[in-house]
Amino acid sequence: MNKTRVYGRTVGGLRSLSLQAPAVTLLLLWMLVPLGMTLWFSFQRYNLLMPGMSGFAGLENYEYLLTDPALWSAMGNTLLLVGWVLIITVVGGTLLAVLFQQEFLGRGVARVLAISPFFVMPTVSALVWKNMMMHPANGVLAWLANLFGLPAVDWFSSLPLTSIIIIVAWQWLPFALLILLTAIQSLDDDQVEAARMDGAGPIAVFFFITLPHLKRAISVVIMIEMIFLLTIFAEIFVTTSGGPGLATTNLAYLIYIQALLDFDVGTASAGGVIAIILANIVAIFLVRLVAKNLES
Amino acid sequence: MKLSRTLPVAGIAALGAGAANAETITVATVNNNDMVIMQSLTDAFEKAHPDITLDWVVLEENVLRQRMTTDIATKGGQFDVMTIGTYEVPIWAERDWLAPLNDLPEEYQVDDLLTSVRDGLSQDGTLHALPFYGESSMMYYRQDMFDQAGIEVPEQPTWEEVRDWASQLHNPGEETYGICLRGKPGWGENMALVSTMVNTFGGRWFDMQWNPQLDAAAWQEAVSFYVDLLNEYGPPGASSNGFNENLALFSRGNCAMWVDATSAAGKLYDTGESQVADKLGFAPAPIAETPKGSHWLWSWALAIPASSDSKAAAKEFITWATSQEYIELVGEQKGWTSVPPGTRESTYANENYQQAAPFAGFVLEAMQSADPTDSTLEPSPYVGVQFVGIPEFQSIGTQVGQMIAAALTGERTVEQALQAAQRSTKRTMQRAGYLD
Repeated sequence: MNKTRVYGRTVGGLRSLSLQAPAVTLLLLWMLVPLGMTLWFSFQRYNLLMPGMSGFAGLENYEYLLTDPALWSAMGNTLLLVGWVLIITVVGGTLLAVLFQQEFLGRGVARVLAISPFFVMPTVSALVWKNMMMHPANGVLAWLANLFGLPAVDWFSSLPLTSIIIIVAWQWLPFALLILLTAIQSLDDDQVEAARMDGAGPIAVFFFITLPHLKRAISVVIMIEMIFLLTIFAEIFVTTSGGPGLATTNLAYLIYIQALLDFDVGTASAGGVIAIILANIVAIFLVRLVAKNLES
Repeated sequence: MKLSRTLPVAGIAALGAGAANAETITVATVNNNDMVIMQSLTDAFEKAHPDITLDWVVLEENVLRQRMTTDIATKGGQFDVMTIGTYEVPIWAERDWLAPLNDLPEEYQVDDLLTSVRDGLSQDGTLHALPFYGESSMMYYRQDMFDQAGIEVPEQPTWEEVRDWASQLHNPGEETYGICLRGKPGWGENMALVSTMVNTFGGRWFDMQWNPQLDAAAWQEAVSFYVDLLNEYGPPGASSNGFNENLALFSRGNCAMWVDATSAAGKLYDTGESQVADKLGFAPAPIAETPKGSHWLWSWALAIPASSDSKAAAKEFITWATSQEYIELVGEQKGWTSVPPGTRESTYANENYQQAAPFAGFVLEAMQSADPTDSTLEPSPYVGVQFVGIPEFQSIGTQVGQMIAAALTGERTVEQALQAAQRSTKRTMQRAGYLD
């Protein structure tokens, strides 16, 4: 018996391995080839505009990048952007989820409307915000300010990073809402009822029943959003082009500047490698946190 | 795109012996008004040259520049005709990326091209691109507002006077602003204007040893002047206004003055597009310490990359699109204010054009007096009025442009911005091997 089981397992192992092999190979190629090329380029002197200057550069690209004052401000901007958007979407998403869980007239329509910003392409929504919402002369916000006799705010020049955070948060709030709303729907009504009978008010129910129930879903939202928010690009490209100064240059945009405005493939690749390392550091912490949450 | 180029067009191939296969050439160009007109005349070209079909790639300036540079540097061979400027031509020609354009046909009349433009597009005396349109910069103003305020504009205004007039005419309550200037960051946007201001305030980008001079007094003075002028008497949100935004503002009547490209004149005089066509005044670009480099020189030109495999057909096309015959065609079909300006002397000698465009002689004078080889008060090692003719300048100009924009929005002081700009420029120059 024992023998056959071992035998069977090996066959199964081999069989499943051979079945998985094409997919795994493809995935590895898909991942390793670009990664390998990025690593290779990051050690090369490779500027498209200077075909004469090429060859092994050692750590020069990394040194050039790490001594660049722009890199540190880009990292700071990236963290600020990710941090604030996460706070806004998670807090807002939770509150909205609780709101949309209540019975009210037209709830279905309201839900669809609340979720729809997520389906607008980032470039399009950034353009809409830039030209129709935040524009100091034609924007809705300027019009509103005028209505109350306040001076119009020139969002992208006086509050550049805040503006980007608002746009991105507006886009990702529906995502948080969507996940958290489905999670809240799985909350057992009996449990809430029991708490009520024990004398818990709505606030106590929210903090001691709903919120603990949403813990896992919130971790998932944070993780998924983090992955996407670390590489925010379109919104910045369309609205502020990383400026004024370096006020809205995040890591993704800095790499873009190096590669496509300076045509310095070497330094851009080094920036890419640094971004990968950073993302991995964040991911390790996050994955642990989420995994712990999901286990318990 | 690539596939269709190598496939002969079946219909024409079927015409039989003797008839050459139609070659498709891919033309990359900017979405500026003059180029859009060129695209709309595709039929006229294809009718005259039945053996050539045109395939267009029309993009916004920055995107186009990226696509073309990547393509040409990696020898992609995607395009047969590229639209590039006076900045790129000498740099690309030096790297043998462009096909030299000697032995142009007799009827093309090379000598008719404006000398300053032709020099800008030549490397070692050989043309590497043909000018499609050219421009300098000048000052536009609202004649009606100036008359009302009793201001007379002298033959050569100064920046001090401009500030004075701007303060008199600034009326934000009625949405008329003293002056509109470029504020959008970019080496081809705000830095074009700021460089000319620095030139005329007596500054330069680099000294003869290629040391950046952005922390010099002249830069400080010019940039402070620019920032104060625009903050006090400019429209709100000036830091996101580029050429097109300012054109819209001025032609809607929101600005009393505007210093920008001469190529805007055609549009401003077009009664269909501009509300200020009948009350427009113009003057040379203002000066300060020195008249040197106070107005820029730029031309968009059509070039053939060395990697193209349809060079002959591409040459047919670019000689057509930059010819006198093309200019006349546009004049007849689209109106004489729409012809591509600043390339040929014959355009300016044309009576139709002179009649439709009262600014013609003025623009010609500005273009001829701009000298890219001598644009700074103190000597400089580079060629170019509003740019520095080295490959690193795209990066430098973009970075410095961002810093100037930060100074304009008040995110940094002018001094901080210029120091940061000086540092980053120095880094770039060190890395490129100009400095130790």
